[in-house]
Amino acid sequence: MFINILKSTDKRPGLNPPLIVNMAITVIALGFLFLFVIMPLIIVLKEAFSAGLSLWWASITEKDALAALRLTLLVAVIAVPVNLVFGLAASWALAKFRFKGKSLIITLIDLPFAVSPVVSGLIYVLLFGLHGWLGPWLAEHDIQIIFAVPGIVLATVFVTFPFVARELIPLMSEQGTDEEQAALSLGASGWQTFRRVTLPNIKWGLMYGIILCNARAMGEFGAVSVVSGHIRGETNTLPLQVEVLYNEYNFVAAFAVASLLAGLALVTLVLKSIVEWKSKHD
Amino acid sequence: MSFRFKEASVLPGFGLSLGYTLLYLGLIVLLPLSALVFKSSELGFSGFFKTILDPRVLASFKLTFGASLIAAGGNVVFGTIVAWFLVRIRFPGKRVIDAIVDLPFALPTAVSGIALAMLYSPNGKLGIFLQSIGIKVAFTQLGITIALIFIGLPFVIRTVQPALEEMDRELEEAASSLGASRTQTLTKVILPLLLPPIITGFTLAFARAVGEYGSVIFIAGNMPMKTEITSLLIITKLEQYDYAGATAIAVAMLLVSLAMILLINLFQSWSGKHLVR
Repeated sequence: MFINILKSTDKRPGLNPPLIVNMAITVIALGFLFLFVIMPLIIVLKEAFSAGLSLWWASITEKDALAALRLTLLVAVIAVPVNLVFGLAASWALAKFRFKGKSLIITLIDLPFAVSPVVSGLIYVLLFGLHGWLGPWLAEHDIQIIFAVPGIVLATVFVTFPFVARELIPLMSEQGTDEEQAALSLGASGWQTFRRVTLPNIKWGLMYGIILCNARAMGEFGAVSVVSGHIRGETNTLPLQVEVLYNEYNFVAAFAVASLLAGLALVTLVLKSIVEWKSKHD
Repeated sequence: MSFRFKEASVLPGFGLSLGYTLLYLGLIVLLPLSALVFKSSELGFSGFFKTILDPRVLASFKLTFGASLIAAGGNVVFGTIVAWFLVRIRFPGKRVIDAIVDLPFALPTAVSGIALAMLYSPNGKLGIFLQSIGIKVAFTQLGITIALIFIGLPFVIRTVQPALEEMDRELEEAASSLGASRTQTLTKVILPLLLPPIITGFTLAFARAVGEYGSVIFIAGNMPMKTEITSLLIITKLEQYDYAGATAIAVAMLLVSLAMILLINLFQSWSGKHLVR
């Protein structure tokens, strides 16, 4: 097999560049990926462990880092299920029924992807901030949303809003309604049909959406940065804790916390590849 | 004929699922976004333009859109080469390389940001080398462009790769059997077919770069007029409680990027009619 390295994948006549061109393409492609993708990843791990394993451990079990970890998990535990339920409802309505205005709704669902992270945070400040629409009323009733956990959750829900829905809508449209109609005509209830027929059909697409949604929920920085207020031990998520530590020139701790997030990214990539492979071979 | 909103169906749950979808969409997305429109109208026409024509704001626009264009262009060149490598060349471990391509999507932007800043700082791994040949990356516009190349990297690859995989091999066979040289086959057959996915990838990478924040601010140095991107300027205005100013800049940024995406889409449909048959 190794004899075939660098040869073109397709032997039929056509554009099969000479070996030297294939070699050049390979060198450029791998060089580019190494420089822009592998090197940053290596530097995170190297800096995180540069002062030894015990200091790395001390950095990630430090009080504020643990608080940041807890907050990040809390935010993901709220944002992912909420968007999962929405994704299921939206794809059921939009993929299984024909009605007017459908494409407009689909476009609106994709909207949060078109809005930049900082603006995603800004809109919630405009709504709930001290000088925002509801700010004075909230202050009167002693409810804090901006610079507190609710704001962080809301901003995260916004930026991760489309992930599950946009994965499921095309998948469920493609599958049509024949199987559901068969189940219903055989006497299954609506809920049974959904659980026993629809859900098994979409399980890989659903998993894929959840994985991507979770990665973004735990890693979001720009939107959360605007609404958080950066209060140590209280409103810092892991990415914000990385920023705070880095700006204090506490590089070992910053990269130690960053290595947790890099680990999350690698796990995400592996799970994503597995799900892609499974759905192809199912 | 009477107006029918929805075609008949035996499936249950339409009202509930659509109602929930619209309610949630309205509360989480539409209501907050409408705040953007109302807040910027508070400034009035002249106030809006006074804010966005301020030299510091204009400098940030020039930097953000300029660096994003260059980065998306760089991604077109390298992304197409990587896609070609992934589809057309035999190489061991390609599945791992393929998975690695998505890392810029999966890695939280703050982590990419400090990693790139460390790598290109004057005493970082690559920074030392580049400094020795007289290139300064950290705290310059070049550094910002590099960060934007990083975060936009998967887009062109992921749009060109499936197009290459699905490309009809018989077109190439025909071209070469009719006597076309390799260069002719490449420029007259393959590249025109790849142009639409390349443009799509470019647009996505560009749009992402314009709004990018986390991976840029650490390497940028954030000097007003020089290396201050628009996203950061919005945050600066917010910290000064200048909500209307921040909103005006955000709206201008959204409008310009929407206009550019529209323009590129128009070009794409035009090129679809005139270049590819």
